[in-house]
Amino acid sequence: MSIKKYIRSRFFPHIWCPGCGHGTVLNGLLRALDGLGINKNSVVMVSGIGCSSRISGYVDFHTLHTLHGRALAFATGVKLSRPELKLIVPMGDGDALAIGGNHFIHAARRNIDITAIVMNNRVYGMTGGQYSPLSGEGTLSTTAPLGNIDQMFDVAALAQAAGASFVARTTSYHVKELSKVLMKAISHKGFSVVEVLSQCPTYFGRKNKQGDAVSMMEGYKSGTTPIGSKAKQENPDLIERGIFVERQSPEYCEEYAKIMDKAQKKKAKA
Amino acid sequence: MSSTVKFVQGNEACVEGALYAGLEFFAGYPITPSTEIAEHLAARLPRQGGKFIQMEDEIASMCAIIGASLTGCKVMTATSGPGFSLKQEALGYAVMAEIPCVVVSVMRGGPSTGLPTHVSQGDVNQARWGTHGDHAIICMTASNNQDVFATTVEAFNLAETYRTPVILLFDEVVGHMREKLEMPEPGAVPLVGRLRTSVKDGVNYHPYLPREDGRLPMSDFGGVHRYNVTGLFHDMWGFPTDNPTVVRELLRHLVDKIDNNAAQICKYKEFHLEDAECVLISYGSSARSALHLVEERRALGDKLGLLELQTLWPFPEAVVREKCSRAKHVVVVEMNMGQVMAQVKLAVDKPGRVYLVNRYDGVFITPNDIMNILRLIQGKGV
Ligand code: SF4
Repeated sequence: MSIKKYIRSRFFPHIWCPGCGHGTVLNGLLRALDGLGINKNSVVMVSGIGCSSRISGYVDFHTLHTLHGRALAFATGVKLSRPELKLIVPMGDGDALAIGGNHFIHAARRNIDITAIVMNNRVYGMTGGQYSPLSGEGTLSTTAPLGNIDQMFDVAALAQAAGASFVARTTSYHVKELSKVLMKAISHKGFSVVEVLSQCPTYFGRKNKQGDAVSMMEGYKSGTTPIGSKAKQENPDLIERGIFVERQSPEYCEEYAKIMDKAQKKKAKA
Repeated sequence: MSSTVKFVQGNEACVEGALYAGLEFFAGYPITPSTEIAEHLAARLPRQGGKFIQMEDEIASMCAIIGASLTGCKVMTATSGPGFSLKQEALGYAVMAEIPCVVVSVMRGGPSTGLPTHVSQGDVNQARWGTHGDHAIICMTASNNQDVFATTVEAFNLAETYRTPVILLFDEVVGHMREKLEMPEPGAVPLVGRLRTSVKDGVNYHPYLPREDGRLPMSDFGGVHRYNVTGLFHDMWGFPTDNPTVVRELLRHLVDKIDNNAAQICKYKEFHLEDAECVLISYGSSARSALHLVEERRALGDKLGLLELQTLWPFPEAVVREKCSRAKHVVVVEMNMGQVMAQVKLAVDKPGRVYLVNRYDGVFITPNDIMNILRLIQGKGV
């Protein structure tokens, strides 16, 4: 299997630092699309601003590199106007959940058929290492030199509460699982959220003394566990991986199609 | 078949114009005094297979129409003052990425939430400079329902011709005033459609390859050409670049495609200008008060004339200079602190002869208000 056919090699080398988790996520994503056999012309990738958002430039789909935090709003316009297209929205944690938090919960509430990938590296990488909403209390960053007092939240729980009908979490260490989860998320009809813990050794890792990329990934291995595992009962600090929700619920574009039907029947009668 | 006559609000005339022009996608967020545009489209669009969505905020609405435009749809959003402020970031994106779209602001008093239900013409400068960076923009306005309709159709035509956002500024009085609208038959007004690339599947398509005639053919998202769109400075592939030559040329292209065509873009109306010693310049609902006064004073022998601007940006400098060249006085009538007056002063040969007659208290400017100040300007005392 070659995933090269999905890459715009003209635009390489990419801008990511050595050891950045984003390349792994991109690899997993392309493998997922390849596994699903999706036609390149039917994929639209929409991203916001940040290191992770540069993904869209490097792949050979219809790609839209937009504004910080707004990717899901742009994607909603694309999807509603052409519901047959597959919308994939890779985002950073600050992009998706700070400036983009409102768009995130409302895309989930509508259950519009978009796959949102939150690449959670707990930091603003592109602007040089400021704390993000997911950095967590006690972490260090350039804007929290004395320790972060901002509480983080659980993306997966937020997505579920807001109405996303598919919610999963994995990491850049669990590459096979990553592809599998993304395949399911992309095939799912409705708003799907996949949180991927993805290391930023350059800023988060270094500042918080987590070692190099390899040791950060080892941290994902030892610090996470499959959903409902015994290990979690014994150690509540472990972060759960896997699919939290996978349910059928009315999808926005399909519901709008029904509204159009109704309106046209009413018009025909009149 | 004859044209249909309707009795509608200005906001509805805008809806009729948009549908006539082929609107297929609308995203919006409720805000007074523009809300009727969204309400009518929510009912009308699904009937003809178009899409309506009420987004979570103004920002999202602007972003959504850009996304929809890229799939090949004619798109619009509508808002008012503070909502227009929120749209500015994505409006700049549409300028940079050259996305055809129409943005309506039915003006209310500001700054901030200001006067939601009162009239103002305070968004003139926001339309021009609300987004950051050097750029060009097209902004049009109208003073009556028939013109609201025609201007809205024209806005879609210009958006498609120049691949740019076009702003429609109506004021609250125009938006809410009910009067007659004569709907032209389908086909009676020429429409400009999306210029799509003729490049075949398998052949390299450059989304931003500059062309001599100024029109850049597009390819719909979901079609056979896969390309990148970004708000960053970009090369002919749509890929981000900071190469100074590419940056300079792109910015020049964005500005020139509008500025070099100002003569075709700019629309205006003139009333009794042939021998006018005093030229009134106005737009939107205040132009109706100005016209009333002009007609009234003409009957009494006063050499008054009116230049009604229908395009505010690019500012019709050449027209203003020419029409004011023989005037003793030039009087700008507007409902703000002189946003258009500042432009008129820049355009005319004798800026010292330019006066402002205005209100900025949320109260509609009447012919009487204008007359009172005019007497002072003309040295006749009150
Ligand atoms: S700054 Fe961090 S997130 Fe950005 S490319 Fe470098 S490692 Fe990756």
